[in-house]
Amino acid sequence: MVTKIYIPRDSSALAMGAEKVAVAVAAEAKNRGLAVEIIRNGSRGLYWLETMVEVATSSGRTAYGPVKVKDVPSLFDADFINGKPHALSLGVTDEIDWLKKQQRLTFARVGVTDPVSLEDYLAHDGYNGLKNALKLSGADIVKIVTDSGLRGRGGAAFPTGIKWNTVLGCEAEQKYIVCNADEGDSGTYSDRMIMEGDPFVLIEGMTIAGVAVGATRGYIYLRSEYPHALAVLNEAIAVANKAGYLGDNVLGSGKAFYLEVRRAAGAYVCGEETSLLESLEGKRGLVRFKPPLPAIEGLFGKPTVVNNVISLATIPIVLDKGAQYYADYGMGRSRGTLPIQLAGNIKHGGLVELAFGATLRELLYDFGGGSFTGKPIRAVQVGGPLGAYLPESQFDTPLDYEEFIKIWAVLGHGGIVAFDDSVDMAKMARYAFEFCAIESCGKCTPCRIGSTRGVEVIDKITSGKDHAKNIALVRDLSDTMLNGSLCALGGMTPYPVLSALNHFPEDFGLSQKN
Amino acid sequence: MLDSHSTQEINATIHALIAEHQHRPGALLPLLHAIQDSIGFIPEAVYTPISKALALSVAEVHGVVTFYHHFRTHKAGQHVMQICRAESCQAMGSEALEAHAKKCLNVDYHQTTTDDAITLEPVYCLGNCALSPSVMMDDEIYGRVSAADLDALILEARRAEAKV
Repeated sequence: MVTKIYIPRDSSALAMGAEKVAVAVAAEAKNRGLAVEIIRNGSRGLYWLETMVEVATSSGRTAYGPVKVKDVPSLFDADFINGKPHALSLGVTDEIDWLKKQQRLTFARVGVTDPVSLEDYLAHDGYNGLKNALKLSGADIVKIVTDSGLRGRGGAAFPTGIKWNTVLGCEAEQKYIVCNADEGDSGTYSDRMIMEGDPFVLIEGMTIAGVAVGATRGYIYLRSEYPHALAVLNEAIAVANKAGYLGDNVLGSGKAFYLEVRRAAGAYVCGEETSLLESLEGKRGLVRFKPPLPAIEGLFGKPTVVNNVISLATIPIVLDKGAQYYADYGMGRSRGTLPIQLAGNIKHGGLVELAFGATLRELLYDFGGGSFTGKPIRAVQVGGPLGAYLPESQFDTPLDYEEFIKIWAVLGHGGIVAFDDSVDMAKMARYAFEFCAIESCGKCTPCRIGSTRGVEVIDKITSGKDHAKNIALVRDLSDTMLNGSLCALGGMTPYPVLSALNHFPEDFGLSQKN
Repeated sequence: MLDSHSTQEINATIHALIAEHQHRPGALLPLLHAIQDSIGFIPEAVYTPISKALALSVAEVHGVVTFYHHFRTHKAGQHVMQICRAESCQAMGSEALEAHAKKCLNVDYHQTTTDDAITLEPVYCLGNCALSPSVMMDDEIYGRVSAADLDALILEARRAEAKV
């Protein structure tokens, strides 16, 4: 009998040596004359346990981790291929508490299946959504997406169905579906995990979008920092084309959908949708004025749906299980689930998909296990480099778009970066301006000039020069950037800056709050 | 400047790539990627043939090449080492790692070591934020990188060069 062994091909697993572990397992099995099939799956998202090796046994998949090359002989000695105990045993994977407590809808297959096996995808409910969609009119599909309450997971949280409806209502000989896979926010990696761990779900989601709004061409704009995701996506697209899930006649429906991956080139601002479209057109990534909305005049001037990876990868389950099934998760106007990414100084970093409503504290301590260094968590930044820093007093805020707005913060793409008490918040504020200066597209003055002036003003504050005057100046500058910038890069850089200043004044040489 | 390749070979490569990509919609970025993947950088000499093939001005091509951090106009060392400077990695001590790398390699960012082995670049997020700090050597990512790990990566890169 051939034993199936799962060793991830996910970038973060590879970053912990998964490739070498896979080679060592194959060699050891060969030496011992054991018949094994090594499947390179995505990651289950328990990153502190990577490389996590799983074995298919009669009692289910059994996990071991973190496995290093040096552990491989002892795993075989312990008869791990029959699920026997070893010092690195984690038990049956599905019974691991950290996974069991999650509500994995978008991530249902990630880490479970072979990412480039269409058979595996189909065996795990894959393409049920598209099959349903092909029986419906475009308007009906859009209505289901609208009724599910799904909002753009890229950060702006705009209702996906409403965006699609605008494109559906446009008359044009060509429309486009563009997937924003320029996941540049520090502390986020859920897009990457989907693309590397379950690329077919993104392909299916984009195909459904194309069928719904009448678009025949799709582009995945993928950041150049993700070479492994590029390889997996291209492999999966080739498989889907060959099997008739993409191409001139999707599943014999008479509808065409062509999909292509385009590599970005390392500009953070191209995560902004209009700048992304410029880049796809082969130009510098300069932000466009809105209106016109991309839904009306987008790529090459045609009506275009621009959605984030997670939004599109959530479409198949909505079309499979129905709008109500998805909408039953969540709180308030934040319906469904959010794939949360625990990052930075955290003991148990990884992917936690939960219905909206869990608190930061639950994420940081129940899932995250506190800081990696064991020191108190002093601050967290939620939502990437343009997200606010939150102090411990705000850790009971539930993850919900509106609750975050109330405390002048953003959920963004669901990344949570933890910092222990060694963090200098004035330095983080300075970095926010510095990052904005490096990445500004240069089109609008508040962002282009304001960011550089911001670095200088923070330097004056920390060196004590005209302190009161410069504190007032940084607030004034932030106000200009907030209200005068063309896009979120300049417009939201004040979030990390002012939240650091307001919540951690002592780091800026001011007396402590209260 | 073009060392091992002859100018003629490079020209043939560039023209083949232009012919392959010029008719794609939004061809410029895929073409520039193809050129950089093939010869390691984008020489200024290619701006004119590209501009002619894509009906752009030389200034537009120059503008695109220099707008994006990924594209380089000069040859890099044999290996490119990128250290993540973003918040998650800062929370795990990337600043000390950057300082260590600069000191060991005796270069600043965007510079190449005197033995041409390694070019050091900053990067803003590699999507490995649960295992910060992160470093990318060519196309491979490394997580939870300590100063000792970094030394080992540098040594390995230099050893690989010595073998060639």
